[in-house]
Amino acid sequence: MEALVELRGLAKHYGDGATRVDALRGLDLDIHAGRVVGLLGPSGSGKSTLLNLIGAIVEPSAGWMRLDGEVVYDGGWRRTDLRRLRLEKIGFIFQFHNLIPFLSVSENIEVVLDLAGRGRADARARARELLDYLEVGEHAGRRPSQLSGGQAQRVAIARALANRPRIILADEPTAALDSQRAGIVMDLLRKVAAEQRAAVIVVTHDEKIFDRFDEMHVLRDGSLDGGAAGEAMP
Amino acid sequence: MNLALRDIRHRLGRFVLTCVGLALLLGVVLSMIGIYRGLVDDALLLVRAPAADLWVVEAGTLGPFAESSRIPKDARETVARLEGVAEAGVLTFQTAEADHDGRKARLYVVGYEPGRLGGPAAVAEGRPIARAHYEIVVDRRAGIPLGARLRLGSETFTVVGRTAGQVDSGGNPLAYLTLKDAQELQFELDGAAARNQALRGDAGSVNQVNAVVARLAPGASPDRLAEGIRRWKHLGALTQDGQEALLLTSVVQKARRQIGLFTATLLAVSAVVIALIVYTMTMDKMREIATLKLIGAPDRAIVGLIVQQALALGGIGFTLGAALIALAADHFPRRVIILPADTLALGAVVAVVCVAASLMGVRYALRVDPAQALGG
Ligand SMILES: Nc1ncnc2c1ncn2[C@@H]1O[C@H](COP(=O)(O)OP(=O)(O)OP(=O)(O)O)[C@@H](O)[C@H]1O
Ligand SMILES: [Mg+2]
Repeated sequence: MEALVELRGLAKHYGDGATRVDALRGLDLDIHAGRVVGLLGPSGSGKSTLLNLIGAIVEPSAGWMRLDGEVVYDGGWRRTDLRRLRLEKIGFIFQFHNLIPFLSVSENIEVVLDLAGRGRADARARARELLDYLEVGEHAGRRPSQLSGGQAQRVAIARALANRPRIILADEPTAALDSQRAGIVMDLLRKVAAEQRAAVIVVTHDEKIFDRFDEMHVLRDGSLDGGAAGEAMP
Repeated sequence: MNLALRDIRHRLGRFVLTCVGLALLLGVVLSMIGIYRGLVDDALLLVRAPAADLWVVEAGTLGPFAESSRIPKDARETVARLEGVAEAGVLTFQTAEADHDGRKARLYVVGYEPGRLGGPAAVAEGRPIARAHYEIVVDRRAGIPLGARLRLGSETFTVVGRTAGQVDSGGNPLAYLTLKDAQELQFELDGAAARNQALRGDAGSVNQVNAVVARLAPGASPDRLAEGIRRWKHLGALTQDGQEALLLTSVVQKARRQIGLFTATLLAVSAVVIALIVYTMTMDKMREIATLKLIGAPDRAIVGLIVQQALALGGIGFTLGAALIALAADHFPRRVIILPADTLALGAVVAVVCVAASLMGVRYALRVDPAQALGG
């Protein structure tokens, strides 16, 4: 099975000298296509930092990282166009949905397709398709502020999926949802992972959804906790 | 997808209000420039009215506007006989208070000899002065109707004609009298000292004028003639160009500096206001900008969002402001002249200011870390 995310000795520290914080200390991790992976750990253990490194938002301090077969970091960025990498390969889902308030629900999705160079009609059709798939199609013309938390989260997922990314990163996507909605969102991510052969990485504290992960990793003080929940789940 | 437009639509009320505020500010800037243009135009109007090429005045003075000048009336004959002079006339100038039905009106009185150079260029209503005494032509700005009778000094005059838009550099409406009437008025208003001097036998002082104006024959050089007249010692001379330049420096200079300073200050204020508005608009969108960056929007899209909004703000504010002043210009107490060139120049300045102002927001926006969008 191909590994979509490969991390070797990946480390990140913020600041220097007395103020130095080692957020991640030399991490090795492989995440394969089609898998839904849970990332757990106490507050401040480095979960968000890890997500930001994989998402090419924050530059690692050391180590090596390969995304979808392409080495993107080996002591320095190997690729100058990180923006395109994010646009084409990575989908982000945030804890607070982060929809753009001045765009309609449909436009929130069209905008990423537009940025990727898709035509207008094409973008609209794809947005429609995604919204229907996520069962929020009837709200396409509304503003994000007119949606419930669960609806907004599903629109955000639709946006993350728009360019069919191979890697989907979600930081506490269910924190604002009740357990039923949380289950629906997780099932959806599982479906996408299976259908698009994508790797889905979910940071969560939410025990309600633990049973939806193919594997779970626990971060503690910047290192992976090898033993406990590290291995594959049913 | 145009993000700038969509964001504006989302907060339309706020945007419109901001535009209106900016429009008022830019309208004030434009009217300052218009007031200055009006001032210059009014000032030149008086010198240009006789359509002369040469002004002959008292020796050693820069009369009759910048300094007082008195010369004997018969200087006109001397000047008229000069080679190259086609036509000459005499003029008196003074400010006087007219009384019309108990209402006071301050007039700038020009005395001239009907039939000679120096009368009103065009009478908009009624007719020019035809009789030797007690007829007056006043500008419409005085608000005195045709046929009205008004008192100037101890005499009563009948308004036989009205001119349009003729004022002095102080904004006072012009009035035309025959030279004789004007001289008497001047003599009367000069007060006791001058009268006593005249009674002591200095009869010449009665028959004095403030300037002789001359129109030259084609091909004659005003500079050469002025040079020649100055050599006579008892008279001075200024060319029309010299007179206009003098008026602009002596009469308009201070106003120009004052208005210039004021305009510059207002422009600076506008620039600061635009910069602050654009900066605030950008700050309000920090999270959206971080999100856009995170999902892969290029810097170009973010810069576009900010600069387009700044330009839209400036463009709409400027257009509204210019339209407002164009409509209001005629209702100002003094003349406001809005030249297309001035409007265009201000538009260009506003565009530059908007782009410059948005750079501050752009700089900030480009430094925003896409990770800020993540939260948690
Ligand atoms: N930009 C930053 N500058 C300095 N230190 C940072 C920065 N971001 C994170 N850190 C530090 O790095 C460590 C890991 O932070 P991180 O946000 O990855 O934790 P987390 O596991 O996501 O925590 P939580 O569950 O509270 O979200 C923390 O000690 C944090 O204070
Ligand atoms: Mg976190």
